[in-house]
Amino acid sequence: MTSQPTTAPAGEVSSSTSPAGPAQAVEPLPRDTPPRLTLRQRLSRWDVRFSPYLYVSPFFLLFLVVGMFPLAYTAYVSVHEWGLIGGKGEYVGLDNYRAIFADRYFWRAMRNTVSIFLLSSIPQVIVALAVAGLLDTQLRAKTFWRMSVLIPFVVAPAAATLIFGNLFGDRYGLINGALGLVGIDPIAWHVDTLPSHIAIASMVNWRWTGYNALILLAAMQAVPRDLYESAALDGAGKVRQFLSVTIPMIRPTMIFVVITSTIGGLQIFTEARLFDNVGLGGSDRQWQTVTLYLWELGWRLRDLGMASAVAWLLFLFIVIFALVNLAVSARLGAGGRK
Amino acid sequence: MQISPFGPRQEPRPPHTSSPTSTTRRRRLALASVGALVLSLGLAACGGDDEAKDGKTTLTVATFNEFGYEGLLDEYMKENPDIKVVQKKLGTWEEHRDNLYTKLAAGSGLSDIEAIEGDGMPAILEEKGAFIDLSDDAVDGRWLDWKVKAGTNADGELIGYGTDIGPEGICYRSDLFKKAGLPTDREEVAALFADWDTYFQTGKDFVKKMPDTAWYDSSKGTSQAMINQLAYPFEDEDNKVVATSNPEVREVFDTVTSMQSAGLATNLDQWSPDWVAAFQNDGFATMACPGWMLGIIEGNAAGVKGWDIADAFPGGGGNWGGSYLTVPAMGEHQEEAKKLAEWLTAPEQQVKAFDAKFTFPSQVEAQEDPVLLKATQPFFNDAPVGQILSNRALAVELQPYKGPKYADIITAFQAAILRVDQGQESPDEAWDSFTADVERIG
Repeated sequence: MTSQPTTAPAGEVSSSTSPAGPAQAVEPLPRDTPPRLTLRQRLSRWDVRFSPYLYVSPFFLLFLVVGMFPLAYTAYVSVHEWGLIGGKGEYVGLDNYRAIFADRYFWRAMRNTVSIFLLSSIPQVIVALAVAGLLDTQLRAKTFWRMSVLIPFVVAPAAATLIFGNLFGDRYGLINGALGLVGIDPIAWHVDTLPSHIAIASMVNWRWTGYNALILLAAMQAVPRDLYESAALDGAGKVRQFLSVTIPMIRPTMIFVVITSTIGGLQIFTEARLFDNVGLGGSDRQWQTVTLYLWELGWRLRDLGMASAVAWLLFLFIVIFALVNLAVSARLGAGGRK
Repeated sequence: MQISPFGPRQEPRPPHTSSPTSTTRRRRLALASVGALVLSLGLAACGGDDEAKDGKTTLTVATFNEFGYEGLLDEYMKENPDIKVVQKKLGTWEEHRDNLYTKLAAGSGLSDIEAIEGDGMPAILEEKGAFIDLSDDAVDGRWLDWKVKAGTNADGELIGYGTDIGPEGICYRSDLFKKAGLPTDREEVAALFADWDTYFQTGKDFVKKMPDTAWYDSSKGTSQAMINQLAYPFEDEDNKVVATSNPEVREVFDTVTSMQSAGLATNLDQWSPDWVAAFQNDGFATMACPGWMLGIIEGNAAGVKGWDIADAFPGGGGNWGGSYLTVPAMGEHQEEAKKLAEWLTAPEQQVKAFDAKFTFPSQVEAQEDPVLLKATQPFFNDAPVGQILSNRALAVELQPYKGPKYADIITAFQAAILRVDQGQESPDEAWDSFTADVERIG
C-alpha cells in the first residue's frame, strides 16, 4: 500500500468521528482483505476511539478520588467503632446502624428534614418558575432584574442567617413586631416546631430561589418563539402559553432543578446550625436536620462510626427521594405535553 | 504495544499530511494524560507551607472571644525580632472547639498555640499525646492551685498554662432597683445577694413591683452558676456519670424551674438575639457576671445607664469560665510556642490583658497587682472592678470536678431547663428527657 492518493490524511479527527474512518479509506484494495495499517493510522484510530475518554477522564479521576473513595471509606468507617481522634476501633458490624434506628433524635431529625425540605423545595421551584416567567417577558433594564434575583445567592449563608436570626426573634424580632401591629400574637419561632421549620425554609428559599430562577430562565430563552406565536393564534392566553408551551419545553431543565433542590433540601445544615447559638437544633431538637444530627454525633459526641452510618443512610434516602422526584416531575412534564 | 514490527514498515509521509499535525496531536495526547496525572497527584500533595523567607519563625496563636492579646503580641514581636506571631481569632469557644477537634482528627492544621476554655479542658486532657507537656520550673507556683490542677492530666503532665479565671459577682441595674424600692448602693445590695434564698426572695419581691422585668437574664446563666458550686456535679472522680442520680443536680434543676414559674426568669436562651435585645429593653435586673462578662454587658447594654456590680455572690463564691493556652504536639515550633505561651501567661502580661478586656488573671501574683486592684469601670458606675473581682476570686472555695463528658452533659442540662422556660415540657418531663439524653451521651 504505497502512497494512496485517495487515503484520507491519517487521523484528521475533525473529518470524521467514526472509528471506521481510516479503514474506509483503504477499501479500494479488495484483494488484500484486512489491510495492514501504518503506525500513524493506527494511532489516529486509537486517538479517535479513545481520546474522548481520556479528555473526560480528569473528571472521573477526580470523582473517584473525592467522590467514590469517601463514599466507600465512609461505609468502611460506619461498621467500626471509630472515635473522632482515637480513630479506628473494633469491627461492630451493623451495630452503629441499629443504635441510630433506636435513637429518637434520628427519627426527629428525619421528620424535620422532610418537613423543611417540603417547605423549601416546593415553594422554591414554583416561585422560581414564576420569577423566571416574568423575567422572560419584555422588561426594561432586563440585566438589572436578572442580576437582582441572584444577589441573595452571593451573600454568605452565615451572614444571612444572622440577619434572619434578628428577623425571627421570638420576643424582640422584627417579624413578630410587625405581626403585633396588626394584632397577631407573636409566633415562637425558636420554640414551636412548624414555625421554626418555616423560618429555616424561608432562609433557604431566599437564597436559592433566584439561582433556580436564572437556570429556568436560560431554558425558557431557548424555547422557539414561533411556538408562542402559533399558540397565540390558537387563542391561548399568557397563562395558557406558559403552562402548555413553556413548561413542557423546559422539562429537562425542570427535572434538573427539582433534582438539585432535592439534594440540597435534604442536606440543609448552615441555616439550622446557626438558628440558635447551641447549634444542636433547638432545646428539643425541633429543627435538627439529619446533617446536623450527623455533625452532632461526629463532632460533639466524637463518634465517627455513628456519623458515617448516618451519612450512608442519608445518601440512600436522597437517592430514593431523587428517584421519586424524577418520576413525578417526568410525569408532570409529559402530562403537559398531551 | 507492538511498535517494532511497524517501525521498518513506516512509509514516507504523504506530502499533504504535515508532520507537525501528527506530533502536535501526540503531544496533546501526552499532555492530556500528564494533566490527568498531575490533577490527581496534586490533590494528594497539598499542604506543607514553608518557613517565612526572611528567616523569621512564624507562630500562630488561635483564640476565641476576647483574650486581650493584641497589644501583647506586638510587644513580643518587638522583643523577639526573629519571631512573627499571627493571632487567629474566632467568635465563640464553640466555634473554636469545633475547628480544634476537626483538625485534631485530621492530624494537621492546628495553630502553634491553641487556647482552650476551662470547661473543655477535661476532654482535651483525655487526648493523650496530642498536646505537649509544658511543665517547667519557671512556672511553678504561678497560678492558683485549682487552676493548675484542672490543666494537668492523669499522668501529671501540665497541658495548659492558665490565662484567666471567671470569678463571679452579681451585676445589677440600680435604676430598676430604685423603681422597685430596693436599695441601690453597692454595699447594701451585696446583702441581698448573700445566699440563693435571699437572692430569689428579693427577686420575688422585685417582680411583684416590676411585672414587666424579669429578675435574672436567663435560667442558663443562673443554673450554670449553681452547678459551678457543686463538688462533683455530673461525674465522680472516676469519671462515672452521676448527673441524674446526684440529688444536688436535681435540686438545682428544681430550684431554677420553680423560680421560672414564679416569673423570675426571662425565659430567653442565653446568647440568643432576643437575649441580647433584652439588655436594651429592661428585660431583666440582675445577672451572674464573671469578669469577662463585664465587656459583654457594656457592649449589649450600650447607652443604658444604671449598671453596677455588687461584691457578693449567692452561696459564697463562684467561678465561671477562664481559659488555658496549650501547645499541640503536631506543631513544628513547639519550643518557641512554649516560650511564647509562658510569656503570655506571666503575671505582668495578664495584668495588661485585664486592662484591655477585663479577663481576670489566674496568676497569684497578678491578682495582687496594684494596677489591677485600682482598676475601675465607668460603665458600672465607676465600680472598683479590680478590687471586687479580686475579692470574688478569694471567695471561690470550691471548684467543681469536670470530667470529659462535662460539656456535653451541661449542654443537655441547660436544654432541659430551656424546654421548661419555653413551656414545651413540665419540669418532670424535662427531667425525664434529660435523663434519656445523659444515657445517650453515655
